[in-house]
Amino acid sequence: MSTGIPVQYFLILATIMFFAGVYGFLTRRNLITILMSVELILNSVNINFLAFNRYLYPHKLEGMFFSLFVIAVAACEAAVAIAIIINIYRRFTTINVEDVNEMKF
Amino acid sequence: MSLGNFLIMRQELLMIAVVLIVLMAEIFISHENRKYISTITAVLFALVTIAGFLPSPSGSLFGGMYVASGTTAIMKNVLNIGILLVIIQSITWLRKIENSEKVSEYYILLISTATGMNYMISAGHFLMFYIGIELATIPIAALAAFDRMKNQSAEAGIKLILSSALSSGILLYGLSMIYGTTGSLYFGEVARLFTNNSLQTLGFIFFFAGMAFKISIVPFHLWTADVYEGAPVNITSYLSVISKGAALFIFIIMLFTVFPAIIKTWQHTIYVVSVLTMTIGNLFAIRQQNLKRFLAFSSISQAGYILLGLIGGNELGMASVIYYILVYIFSNLAAFGVVIAISNQTGKENMDDYNGLYHTNPKLSLIMTLALFSLAGIPPVAGFFGKFFLFTAAAQQGFYLLVLIAVLNTIISLFYYLLVVKAMFINKSESPIEKFKSDFPTSLALGICVAGLVVAGFASVIFEAIRNLSFGI
Repeated sequence: MSTGIPVQYFLILATIMFFAGVYGFLTRRNLITILMSVELILNSVNINFLAFNRYLYPHKLEGMFFSLFVIAVAACEAAVAIAIIINIYRRFTTINVEDVNEMKF
Repeated sequence: MSLGNFLIMRQELLMIAVVLIVLMAEIFISHENRKYISTITAVLFALVTIAGFLPSPSGSLFGGMYVASGTTAIMKNVLNIGILLVIIQSITWLRKIENSEKVSEYYILLISTATGMNYMISAGHFLMFYIGIELATIPIAALAAFDRMKNQSAEAGIKLILSSALSSGILLYGLSMIYGTTGSLYFGEVARLFTNNSLQTLGFIFFFAGMAFKISIVPFHLWTADVYEGAPVNITSYLSVISKGAALFIFIIMLFTVFPAIIKTWQHTIYVVSVLTMTIGNLFAIRQQNLKRFLAFSSISQAGYILLGLIGGNELGMASVIYYILVYIFSNLAAFGVVIAISNQTGKENMDDYNGLYHTNPKLSLIMTLALFSLAGIPPVAGFFGKFFLFTAAAQQGFYLLVLIAVLNTIISLFYYLLVVKAMFINKSESPIEKFKSDFPTSLALGICVAGLVVAGFASVIFEAIRNLSFGI
């Protein structure tokens, strides 16, 4: 297989990206930044799929196709989420999550 | 592959056809005739539901990515009945002035999610499963934010889309590990290559967490109550019954066909989350005043009971899960039907508003009582038989302590279900909800629900038919 970067490096990068995304999702206060964190998570998944595909199963392309679909679906998700965020901005005149809290326990 | 093979996925193709017809109706029907769109959609979807009951061929398409069998057919039929009821229940709400411009959007989004759920249940490959689950959740977020002028609706929409995006991210991360260790994404291949190594178990745990978000099992349930309260009532009923049911169906199929190798692992996991889900759902339900929030927590605890059917991995378990979800569709939609009728008429959604309802609207209060009795599992109604089969399935595999905890939880749940009944029948009120007459769609939906509650309980044919199509590990 291709020499150079070992597969572990990709997996470590993906893991760091995944947990950075989860951390960002939980701590950020701006809705757009939260959405960006989700994208970070999905991209870490893509890196995982691509690295596994290229290094371990190079004769089949399932991982490649899966990541293509993940990218497409992430775009749809972002479109709907941003539409809702725009509506939130119109209703609340802010996109800070701490101010969007009409419902609580 | 001949064109005739596509008949295997007849159900989904019919639904897509309905979506396209509604889309065309939006364009070509003149403004004053718009009010017929609801009726047309309801009739078309009723035809799709009936078509599902015709004998359908089994087989697979696209090299095994799409699988149709008797089991998937009956799961789809159960869901379609529920979706049809939700469509009928929505008609009155969509007739209001503020919604008159977006009737067809509502149905397009709703039926798209139904299509996604059907594809998800029929998946034979993780890609199909992922696309199905996303098609089933993304339009739901748009529907939750459907009341554009209400702050709470927008808040519900954003909470739903962000938590579902996070959950799919977690689920996918687990899938990538499973792919890395097995080299395939076909269910059959993954099941064959699944040994008990630790990366696979980690991948499964991520996958489980992602699914638990969708079913709103306890450590991952925090979005549920807010989304259910903020979304329009019709969407709340859809979320609490259909979305949850579809996710449970694919979850049970996956546990039984893809992950039988690590049955011990998932049995322990489900044991813990099932106890937590039942108990916490019940304890939070006791202190709720808003009926939508109340039914949200009640639906969380119902998911806890349903997990009892999954845990054994036996054939009776799968049959009881399908049967219970059928009964749960009827009982929860009957309860929501009453809430929707009253909310449409008066805009009231709190428990105090229901004081003295029996004296003004005896029929609605009787239906509500019947539905709540079924949710609690009191003998004459179908809910009792559903719970009985679930508990039997778990006890058959020796989970006696779990069944005991579940029975104790049923008693707690009886307390808060009866609080609503007490409010309706015993509490006095200065200004009770005035007497009103429901229009035809509302009465029709409630009638079907009540008939379903009684018939599903007493006609043993239904359970036998489901049992014949179920399978164990």
